[in-house]
Amino acid sequence: MAGGASPGGSATTDTYAGARNWLLMPAWLVLGILSLAPVAMMLVYSFLTKEFRGGVIWEFSLAAYDQFFFDRGLFGDEPPRIEWTYISIFWRSIWQAGLATLMSLLIGFPTAYFIATRPEKVRPIWVFLITIPYWVNLLIRTVSMKFLLRDNGPLNDFLMSTGLIGEPIHIINTNFAVQLGLFYSYLPFMVLPIYASVERYNFTLSEAAADLYASKWVTLRRILLPTVKPGVIAGCILVFVPSLGSFLAPDLLGGAKNFMIGSLIEEQFKGSAGNWPFGAAIAMVLLTMVLILLLLFARQQARADREAGQ
Amino acid sequence: MKTLLKASTAALALSIAAQGAAAEGKLVIYHWFEYMPQELLEKFAAEHDVEVTMDTYDSNEAMLASLKAGGLGTYDVAVPGDYMVKIMAGEGILDEIAEGELANAGNMMDEWADPAFDPGRKHSIPYQWGSTSFMVDREVYSGDINTTDILFNPPAELSGKINMLDSQGEVLAMAALHMGIEQCSTDRDKLKALNEMLTGAKAHWASFNSDTAKEVLVSGDAAVGQIYDGFGAKARAEKASLEYAFPTQGYVVWMDNVVLLKDAPNRENALKFMNFLLDPENIAAVSNYARYALGVNGAGEYLDPELATLPEANPPAGSGAGAFIEVCDEQTQSVYDQIWTNLKK
Repeated sequence: MAGGASPGGSATTDTYAGARNWLLMPAWLVLGILSLAPVAMMLVYSFLTKEFRGGVIWEFSLAAYDQFFFDRGLFGDEPPRIEWTYISIFWRSIWQAGLATLMSLLIGFPTAYFIATRPEKVRPIWVFLITIPYWVNLLIRTVSMKFLLRDNGPLNDFLMSTGLIGEPIHIINTNFAVQLGLFYSYLPFMVLPIYASVERYNFTLSEAAADLYASKWVTLRRILLPTVKPGVIAGCILVFVPSLGSFLAPDLLGGAKNFMIGSLIEEQFKGSAGNWPFGAAIAMVLLTMVLILLLLFARQQARADREAGQ
Repeated sequence: MKTLLKASTAALALSIAAQGAAAEGKLVIYHWFEYMPQELLEKFAAEHDVEVTMDTYDSNEAMLASLKAGGLGTYDVAVPGDYMVKIMAGEGILDEIAEGELANAGNMMDEWADPAFDPGRKHSIPYQWGSTSFMVDREVYSGDINTTDILFNPPAELSGKINMLDSQGEVLAMAALHMGIEQCSTDRDKLKALNEMLTGAKAHWASFNSDTAKEVLVSGDAAVGQIYDGFGAKARAEKASLEYAFPTQGYVVWMDNVVLLKDAPNRENALKFMNFLLDPENIAAVSNYARYALGVNGAGEYLDPELATLPEANPPAGSGAGAFIEVCDEQTQSVYDQIWTNLKK
């Protein structure tokens, strides 16, 4: 997924062919222990019976998925109807993450383009500057954001002192605050892959387009964008996916009034419900959604490569 | 997962190295955040030549979850609230304290020596107790605040400026008091009414937040906030216009207790620590820091005199009764879980 690797040069000889398996070992270990094993465990847990107040009983059960998709009323004994509660929580998270991604793209793309068009010597400095705020822990950044945005915080004080507004703008505990928080949390994940793509872009192509009387807009749309598209898509995925499961920003900036996918899952493990299989099932539904998204992207990518190859 | 959790626990642990590597033994505490004064831990570490490590949590339920997910065998003692002691004992994750293992056991106040949540104090000792109610910023609202209407049916000045604790137990217990419904009710009509009342009340609320309950009040983000009494006293110290309410409908009381965990790796030191906290001088240091009441006799001379007169700890005449949170059975609890989900969906 590293920022739109263009098919530049492929190795014809493999110097370390003999040691290949050994060299892959650390990656396999990390993937196996930190990725595959927990996911497998989650999958198993989602099909187990819930133990009251947390924990599981080792008996197969579909109760967790039933709870996700079917509404049986407050007391659990009405005829099943489609459960909209969790679908709407998913939809809310998707919507928030989508808007945050859009904001990141609108700011991130020009930023990446700007950095990629600086002289080669100063580019690393700009990239460095982008990453500086991210040396600070995410929690601290989100809390600071809360301080900045509050009704009598510095942002409103400043706007009021300039006379632009007479009353403080109410931002904290709104959906917009959540989007702003997500956007700010994940912006570099948008900038860096796009930067990597644009940096490799051959700017003589733009010049050629201009020679052929293409307007700046057409050059951007027909030449630059298609070339750096893998970087843009990678950036969008890198922002969208973590935003989807995030619960820091919704909790701290959005006031935790409505569940997001992340906080809904958290509630199943840390809340009074203590419903681990259900928490695992929600996580599996989320994982499946993300997986489908990535597969679509990969297929589209493969098709684009084939077309480019012909 | 067990080892993973343990590894991360070890990594996160706030280590208080007392005597460096020379310490005799260890003690691993699982405790609420912002509650135990650091000096007291250091004092214990020095007196008993023990290396003390403390992890923190922000809700009883989070603590239970992490213990059930592999934390047992890592920690020696934890500090659950009243109803959670009962739950943990029921889950079989508490160890029993034998007769005579705590030399200072006789110091417990009579009213806390045999509580309903741990008959005979088999697993626990009293730590701190207090109430959960709410505070109102008197600069924003000057009317009567000793009513749960402030939270669930607020006057216009306060609508949209209310922070609730992000905890099912605290919110639903307060809501039940507001409507005069007994806790763990199985009466369908009453539960439906509770569900509807909460959904309506939510329109008046700005946020759900537990760990910043004090901070949102002090900063003025919220004009009303559910809060524990001692945390409230600290908030008032930073913002004088905050007043703690004792609703006529009642409020929640709680007691935190130090429990001996099953499979405690350092059982001896855990008992030493519990005995240490039954010493009036030591437990008074906790009260002086956290601003809650204690359950041990003879602490009077060590307590900050201001504690006796805290408005947050002294209900005015005519206020309602305090009620402990009750433990519901599985079926009833699932209805309350559903109500909570409906509230936050």
